[in-house]
Amino acid sequence: MTPVKHVSGPAVALALASVDTDQLIPARFMSRPRSQGYGHFLLHDLRRNGDGQLNADWPLNRIEDAKVLVARRNFGSGSSREAAVYALVDAGFGAVIAPSFGDIFQSNCVKNGLVPVRLEDHEVETLIAHLLAEAGAIIDVDLDQQTVRAAGHVFRFSLDPVWREQLMNGWDDVDVTRSFSAQVEAFRARDRARRPWARPA
Amino acid sequence: MANDRVHLKENRFIPLHMPAPRTLFDKVWDDHTIATRPSGDALLWIDRHFVHEGSHHAFRQVAGKGLSVAEPGLTFGVADHYVPTRGRHEPIADPAIAQMVADLSANTSRHGIELFGISDPRQGIVHVVGPEQGLTLPGLTVVCGDSHTSTHGAFGAIGFGIGASEVAHVLMTQTLWQRKPKRLRISIDGKPLPGVGAKDFILAIIAHIGADGARGHAIEYAGSAVRALSMAGRMTMCNMSIEAGARCGMVAPDETTFAYLKDRAFAPKGARWDQALEAWSALSGDAGAEFDREIRLDAAEIAPIVTWGITPEDALPITATLPDPVHAKDPSRAAAIQTALDYMGLTAGMKLSDTPIDRVFIGSCTNARIEDLRAAAGVLAGKTARVPGLVSPGSTAVKVQAEAEGLDRIFIAAGLEWVDAGCSMCVGMNGDLARPGERVASSTNRNFRGRQGPGVRTHLMSPIMVAAAAVSGRLTDVREMLP
Ligand code: SF4
Repeated sequence: MTPVKHVSGPAVALALASVDTDQLIPARFMSRPRSQGYGHFLLHDLRRNGDGQLNADWPLNRIEDAKVLVARRNFGSGSSREAAVYALVDAGFGAVIAPSFGDIFQSNCVKNGLVPVRLEDHEVETLIAHLLAEAGAIIDVDLDQQTVRAAGHVFRFSLDPVWREQLMNGWDDVDVTRSFSAQVEAFRARDRARRPWARPA
Repeated sequence: MANDRVHLKENRFIPLHMPAPRTLFDKVWDDHTIATRPSGDALLWIDRHFVHEGSHHAFRQVAGKGLSVAEPGLTFGVADHYVPTRGRHEPIADPAIAQMVADLSANTSRHGIELFGISDPRQGIVHVVGPEQGLTLPGLTVVCGDSHTSTHGAFGAIGFGIGASEVAHVLMTQTLWQRKPKRLRISIDGKPLPGVGAKDFILAIIAHIGADGARGHAIEYAGSAVRALSMAGRMTMCNMSIEAGARCGMVAPDETTFAYLKDRAFAPKGARWDQALEAWSALSGDAGAEFDREIRLDAAEIAPIVTWGITPEDALPITATLPDPVHAKDPSRAAAIQTALDYMGLTAGMKLSDTPIDRVFIGSCTNARIEDLRAAAGVLAGKTARVPGLVSPGSTAVKVQAEAEGLDRIFIAAGLEWVDAGCSMCVGMNGDLARPGERVASSTNRNFRGRQGPGVRTHLMSPIMVAAAAVSGRLTDVREMLP
């Protein structure tokens, strides 16, 4: 994975709470291989009108090169589908900012180099107001300093240290785990003797 | 001996050789911890892993790394999300779906993983099948690339959903990195009113704490009303823990749990069963074990609940009226209420029970077990549904059982369609969808926009409430129909 230290670029606001992963990518697109790219499916139904045409009023449809997405609480709740993160990453996003995230979504973000940034409610509202006035305004997310900068504001955030390290170094979990293989082996042997009933009969 | 004691900040003295009291969650967590990073992240051993058609991304990652599956005997495959619920014996018409089902067979057989495939009598929704086959046991860690894996916590296991990269990690290492969540105990005491059950309990909890109210927590459900639930009811509650944002939900194992598991296909037998019982009996939380948060509810105060909006926290007693954004606590909540009312085609201040419906669905890993079908059939017996609808049992075994009991004939006589087992209209990946604009009374777990088809409006409720809605053609208090 490519290390991420800094995400800076045009931002868009999604002034909605509880944007679940079913919205981020509707289930019907998930049978496709990732190699085809998932960017087109991002928020597929939400950003379209009833007639299937892109809604021109949607910021996401106007700012083509957006890198940062700002949304209200409980972003990415619901289904564990990692495809929701694929859709964001393939559409060019490097960071998402919200007051709270779905648990599994947040961990999926980190596995794919997408930075989940938690800010306070009022800080997010400030960013949303700013972006509604000026869609595509630049937001800068600095992982090293753990700051979000936009329009003269500087907001601090704190990311889980392991996640931060992983993102900044571009580490892959499987490689980290393999460095623990001796402990895993020892556990497995001990556990088999201790809990023989735990294996399927 | 003064030096044999530690001084805790609560000003209590505990001898050093006596371990601190632990909760059920702590015990299972500690039992599976292989290593801990300085940050507190733990590398956990995984006892059971389930894969389904959606796992193709993960298998592709394994192939990309050129690695094999570490413990094929601990992963089981189930065809559920995409399988058709009609015409099972014919080839699958939709080529994309046929490919998903074929890929699951190919991936599991390549790695020596046992599969409960589309024509296997053990097939069904993964969270129904795991327990039914005795694969889910107390004290295990259970994971699956599906958020409702929290269901398995009903047995006193730590069960949680994971993303595709984590699925790949489990396949390759049989372990997972996890940060330890905080512990939340939700106790429900007292006796519920007739017509009120596990689905109403969990919807009441989510409405109370919010769809992210349990974020970062492992829930333990306790109290006399939870103890009195069957395994089916406990599974319904744990299933929807994720809709409260929790990492997992658990119920301490007891005689109800053990009786359910005895003689199940993959459950321990003979001497192993006795060993297991001994281990399981030690799993309940120690006296004095502390929780980071506690919530208490009185079962007698919970009414049958339905959702009216587009997140499971938008839930109210059937006797309530719809909220008005004018009275919301802040502008962002007001906006959320208005958005939900608009999508749902409802008006603030309207009585919930005045809401007409177009279709019903009884199914999903939340409420399609035999107990659910019996209860729904009890309401529908001798009556006719005013709207069309689908009943999809949670597993093929549940279907066989229901047919042996004649439940299928009750549903069919009422005018509903009785189909094969799978996720079906819970998520509609197999094409079982409602039409745009239609309003569905549904025994499922998610009322997200478009979950049951673009533009479809979903109201979540218990299976007996769905049955009542089917009979009257509107959202209905099932208590009016109980004897
Ligand atoms: S029934 Fe619904 S919630 Fe359950 S596993 Fe299937 S799609 Fe997910």
